[in-house]
Amino acid sequence: MKQRILIFTVIACAMVLSGCARKAVPSPVPTPTGFGSALVESSGGKQTGAVGTTLGQPVVVQVNDDQGNAVTGALVEFSGPAGVSFDPASGLTDSSGQLSTNVSLGGMAGRYQVTATTVSKAQKRVDLKLEEIALGYQQLVGAELNDKYCSRCHDPESTPERVSNYDNLEIKPHPFTEGDTLNKMSDADLVAIISHGGPALNKSALMPPYGYTLSKTEIQALIAYIRLASDPPYRASGMVYAQK
Amino acid sequence: MQSSRNKLSALWQTLFGDPIRAFGVVSLLLLLSLAIAPAKNHFSEWRHYQNQYLTLIRGRGDAVTLRRHFQGGIQQIWLPEIGAVDRCTTCHVGLKEASLVDVSTQPFRRHPAIPHTAEQFGCVMCHRGQGAATTVEEAHSSTLAWEQPILPARYIESSCGQCHRAPLEGTPQLNSGRNLLAQSGCVHCHTIKLPDGSAMKGTDDPPSLLHIADKTTRDWIYAWLKDPQAYAVTAKMPNFKLRDADARDISAFLIANSSPLPGDASPVAAGQKAPDPTAGASLYGESFCASCHAVQNAAGNVVGGNLGPELTRIGTKVKPEWLQAWVRNPRAYDPPTEMPHYRFSDQQIAVLTGFLLNKTDADLLANVHLDPATPEQIAHGKTLVTEYGCASCHQIVGIKKPENFAPELTRIGSKPVTQLVFLPGMAHNLPDYIAAKIRQPRSFGSALKMPQYTFTTAQIDALATALLSLTDRTQNLPAALTVPSVPASDYQPAGKAGQLITDLACFSCHRINGRGGDMAPDLTWEGSSVQRQWLFEFLKNPNTLRPALIRRMPKFNLSDADINVFTDYIMTVYQTPAFDRDSMPSGGYPPAQVEQGKQLFYSKYACQSCHIVDTKMDKGYIGPTLTQVGSRLTAAWMYQWMKNPQALRPGTIEPNRNMSDDDARALTAYLASLKGSGKREAKQ
Repeated sequence: MKQRILIFTVIACAMVLSGCARKAVPSPVPTPTGFGSALVESSGGKQTGAVGTTLGQPVVVQVNDDQGNAVTGALVEFSGPAGVSFDPASGLTDSSGQLSTNVSLGGMAGRYQVTATTVSKAQKRVDLKLEEIALGYQQLVGAELNDKYCSRCHDPESTPERVSNYDNLEIKPHPFTEGDTLNKMSDADLVAIISHGGPALNKSALMPPYGYTLSKTEIQALIAYIRLASDPPYRASGMVYAQK
Repeated sequence: MQSSRNKLSALWQTLFGDPIRAFGVVSLLLLLSLAIAPAKNHFSEWRHYQNQYLTLIRGRGDAVTLRRHFQGGIQQIWLPEIGAVDRCTTCHVGLKEASLVDVSTQPFRRHPAIPHTAEQFGCVMCHRGQGAATTVEEAHSSTLAWEQPILPARYIESSCGQCHRAPLEGTPQLNSGRNLLAQSGCVHCHTIKLPDGSAMKGTDDPPSLLHIADKTTRDWIYAWLKDPQAYAVTAKMPNFKLRDADARDISAFLIANSSPLPGDASPVAAGQKAPDPTAGASLYGESFCASCHAVQNAAGNVVGGNLGPELTRIGTKVKPEWLQAWVRNPRAYDPPTEMPHYRFSDQQIAVLTGFLLNKTDADLLANVHLDPATPEQIAHGKTLVTEYGCASCHQIVGIKKPENFAPELTRIGSKPVTQLVFLPGMAHNLPDYIAAKIRQPRSFGSALKMPQYTFTTAQIDALATALLSLTDRTQNLPAALTVPSVPASDYQPAGKAGQLITDLACFSCHRINGRGGDMAPDLTWEGSSVQRQWLFEFLKNPNTLRPALIRRMPKFNLSDADINVFTDYIMTVYQTPAFDRDSMPSGGYPPAQVEQGKQLFYSKYACQSCHIVDTKMDKGYIGPTLTQVGSRLTAAWMYQWMKNPQALRPGTIEPNRNMSDDDARALTAYLASLKGSGKREAKQ
């Protein structure tokens, strides 16, 4: 009798315990077969995408050794702030020393710093930091307006589908990534030059006024986009209320 | 055993032995139980967040303002019209505080700028989740009792689509998802009913298979069925993952079932092939075939338009006589085709088809060895064609388009999670389920019929966004809250000109009265815009107006009689009611006014940044070249255009300069003086 109770208890305990057990989350961090000492970006940095979405191009990084030769089989791990996810989050470099990952941005507009990490033979961490830009609703509207009205002159890059007018202009416009120039201009300056054209700030008349074409909201959206696209990043001047 | 029983009875005696003491103990217990509710309230999650917020703002410069805006207690937005009871603002206290721009910790971030406010629509309308809940877990996550988790940011644009039926600025993902739904053939099998009762229509045009045997071979059909993207990387047809025997039988059935197209299929004599091997390539270029058709180049890049099929391996696909007949008049084979009827000569047809037929790929059919079809195979092929719903997209002799072939998706965005069957290891939520279904439909069961598409991650996200916008709310919203899409126009011009417009497929590129494509300018008011002589010459031999464009108006080799019919129709019918085309003279303006206009052109308005007047000096590459604009446009149109370009062509990128009447008149005088060849302005 006692034995039966004991067996029953053991079975019951086993069942309860097995019910509690969670499926172990697979941790797919593979074992490296190679070690490098440097991590370089191949492509995929400074992309823009809507908040929460996967960037159009993968981020590709390459692991090199001391001589600058690509290292195969080195472990690279990606990490980023909350909300950023990677597919895959880690992996071994391929025969050309590269690893590519698809990056999904976080839910808030802004710049996201993502870090790729590899470990050298001496167990030293080697980091590579990249920046990606997430556009919120306002910046997305601005990006569309930029595509339609601005980029034809302000973006010097030409494609067969869309020939840039940049080279044809006697006085060159500033690309919106040119933070050194644009960050010095206040929002009011930008509103003035967009609404009333170059002459409003004593600049080139080749920049026409858009104040009768775009609404005030659209101009604000455009500025929101320009601020986020600028490199180095724009920081609003004035009082900073941060507590710390 | 005995001793514990003694202890218990001693305790009972101590507590309840005396009636007064018993009363005191019971009262104490009652008081304690009464205290549970206020204690729970005091230690509640939302109160913790509100206290945290108060601590956060205390040290700030604008603490007084923020404190004044702050309201303690449970906050609620109640919108009976849309059925929202949202208490999110209980914890998300700083949503409206513009000065919290530097705060990045949730739940205190301010809401980014959007065109709506929480007072108008609440929170759950866009973000989903449980509005009435007052704990994070219940409000955000999906639990058994609460069905609706928070919508991940990646699909947030789907919420806009619940009310906004038309393409919207600022929601590129939703717009592209809806286009993909209509373009990729989804709606041929899945019914999607729109709130107005109509069903979503496909914008693609899957080819009819009525006369397929005239067009191609059984070997090619077999290879195509096995892997459409092996023939053309841009192929829209998805991969049905057919077994060899099934592809064999379907190809047998399609060939056996095809009916020959009656008509003149006399091949062009081979002897007429041009001696010059580059003639075909140049005719292909001159006819701007690449505006619609793409070809994959040696580097693997697909170059060209996507209106028509990719032509990289066209020579391996089509029969030469079919191609010749097609190039001669595509409408004979496929009446509603978007391809224009070029009036090519026999010589040109031979040259062009010779060029196209050379685009072959021997590897494609190298491993296809089909024995002659048996009646059993053909019968089995017919069964398979019915089973796979081929007739949902393609016209096939003797097989009717199936009704409700695949599950209806009208309310897919509100499908309860309990009704979904997830794969092991999958996150249990609707967005991930939809995305996984699109990514790999057959992973949910090998017997499923949905084929494998080749969508990119971004395209799958866009499709999932568009599908998530199809909710119960989409269907039930009060009409006052919806922003309907502009109904598609079925404008069809009448008479001989109308036939020409259909025959030349003008609507493939141009928009007229709300119908047509957006590759080329809107022609609704073309009759007010251009001069008759110019239009006649342009149709006879289209020249380049915008130097930066690679998609241009092709030469259709029209007869003078046809051009006259066409020109008369455009000049008479396509006129704006806003002004009279002949209200301003096309020339003879005083030289001083012309000179003033020129000054304005180059200095005040700096038009040369986008336009070219003097080909030696000006470089503007965005707007049309104006070297002979005085012979092209009417003076009245130019004047009105400069007063307000968007009024004449909504959405045009030329900015409105808010020009005075005098300036606009002077510029019109200057531009009208630019008559082109021989009359070029003196250089500065």
